[in-house]
Amino acid sequence: MNQLSNNSTCSDSTTSIAECRADFPALDQKINDHPLVYLDSAASSQQPSSVIDAVSSYQKHDHANVHRGVHTLSHRATEAYEGARDKIVSFINANSRREVVFTSGTTQAINLVAQSFCRPRMRAGDKIVITHLEHHSNIVPWQLLCEQTGAELTVAPIDEKGQVEILPLLAMLDENVRLLAIAHVSNALGSVLPVKSLISEAHSRGIPVLVDGAQAVPHLAVDVQDLDCDFYAFSGHKMFGPTGIGILYAKEALLEKMPPYQGGGDMILEVSFGGTTFNDLPYKFEAGTPNISGAVGLGAAVDYLQNIGMANVTRHEQETLNYMTSRLADLDDVRMIGTADEKASVQSFMLGDIHPHDLGTILDHQGVAIRTGHHCAMPVMDFFGIPGTARASLAIYNGKSDIDRLVQALQTARTIFG
Amino acid sequence: MTQDELRELYRELILDHARSPRHFGKLNNVSHMAEGINPLCGDKLKLYFRIGENKVIEDATFEGSGCAISVASASLLTDTVIGLTTCQAMDYFSAISELLVGTRSDAAGDKADVDLGKLKALQGVREFPARVKCATLAWHGLHSAIQQRNAPVSTE
Ligand SMILES: Cc1ncc(COP(=O)(O)O)c(C=O)c1O
Repeated sequence: MNQLSNNSTCSDSTTSIAECRADFPALDQKINDHPLVYLDSAASSQQPSSVIDAVSSYQKHDHANVHRGVHTLSHRATEAYEGARDKIVSFINANSRREVVFTSGTTQAINLVAQSFCRPRMRAGDKIVITHLEHHSNIVPWQLLCEQTGAELTVAPIDEKGQVEILPLLAMLDENVRLLAIAHVSNALGSVLPVKSLISEAHSRGIPVLVDGAQAVPHLAVDVQDLDCDFYAFSGHKMFGPTGIGILYAKEALLEKMPPYQGGGDMILEVSFGGTTFNDLPYKFEAGTPNISGAVGLGAAVDYLQNIGMANVTRHEQETLNYMTSRLADLDDVRMIGTADEKASVQSFMLGDIHPHDLGTILDHQGVAIRTGHHCAMPVMDFFGIPGTARASLAIYNGKSDIDRLVQALQTARTIFG
Repeated sequence: MTQDELRELYRELILDHARSPRHFGKLNNVSHMAEGINPLCGDKLKLYFRIGENKVIEDATFEGSGCAISVASASLLTDTVIGLTTCQAMDYFSAISELLVGTRSDAAGDKADVDLGKLKALQGVREFPARVKCATLAWHGLHSAIQQRNAPVSTE
């Protein structure tokens, strides 16, 4: 399976983007008679052949349940699943495989932390601090937790550029705060948060930090030990992997102290009706038969990204993002939503008084896929006083010609709306 | 596909109603109302009706925000139903549903008992399945208001 992922061709970020695009079969199609331009990777990215092949090869040859059989296939499945975990460990530079828990995605990872880490230690009057730019999946689990415990959710403000206001945030970090939960990169605005310095500020006040890395891991090199975050959550399907698989990274010392999130098979050592001994880390948090093929696909996606090199990914995407931002800014009557000084891969905007949803239809008609709406970040939309935005988001397979097509399609929208 | 379908969808009449919606705002002495939400694109409409003893819709307005299709559809709806009985309005609801999701074509519309008139401008939506919900949102609101259901309607 490993050699499959070595045939990526996009290690040189500027010249071989066309070949990189060719690694992704889904991009090679026409939508409404136009070659597809896919600018919705922040919602979900496409998968390279190496990922598709790794999943299919696993399913054709190696599938069985993990951790439980002595037969050959069970052994192979376990190797594939645990091999994928090891790839994640090195990709994010975790200290050990005990710190990398497979989940169904970012959402489940955050809920796990809310229920297993926070809930037992929260009392009425305690606080969780988040920011105004969070995705609903880094808001709602905390609201549920607050309802369950009588704790309070405190929200750090953002400014007109879509940047978190640091001083007000720091002022919120008082002795009642049990966790700071922040995005690494905003999915609606593209803002990159200064997570490393926020983590160190929080730690100096004794507050642990969860980072929602769903929009960061596909675009930036992430080193959890360098960040010193306590929890880091991300999803496979935004980084060229399959849906239904994701990761919770957590410091071992914290995981040790946390009760299991769910009960079932695989997470136990010994069960009797008198009681149960829980399995070791990370299995204590992986109840039931896991998404084995998803893990295999995620492992292949990590290989794909590492072959290109995260530095190359970032450089190429920054270049494309800068080009996109300047081409969009050249259009009359464009309002950019999200103009943070440091950004990654996302530009939200409004074109004149055209509703984003109408824009989405007109663009799709010309083969250009963007996301329109509130992007699961309704508080962000309220802040800017808009019902939603049009959002173009990038991945390694997008280049300048995609941006030219986007701009051309926007011009058509203009003529239709007169 | 050519731009023709887009021009069909965004006909002048639709764009006109989207830009300058008729009967936009609150209504005095509301007897029936409904709220419509299309979570996919964030369309949110409130429809207000004053329905007299004789079941005649004496006045209708709407407010809220939405895409061109949902706003134009709500504007056309209010324009259409004022002066009709609730029964007649429901006939329009059925005819519109048929026009947008059923088999009814422009030509068939003329033969049926309801003359859709300018509402036929909505038929370009048929080619855009993802947008049918936008066009029907206000009509579901009408339906629920007449049935006096108080829960918001959603097209999801
Ligand atoms: C910033 C952010 N957090 C969390 C999520 C939720 O990810 P998932 O739906 O894969 O659990 C997303 C996905 O849209 C996201 O962009």
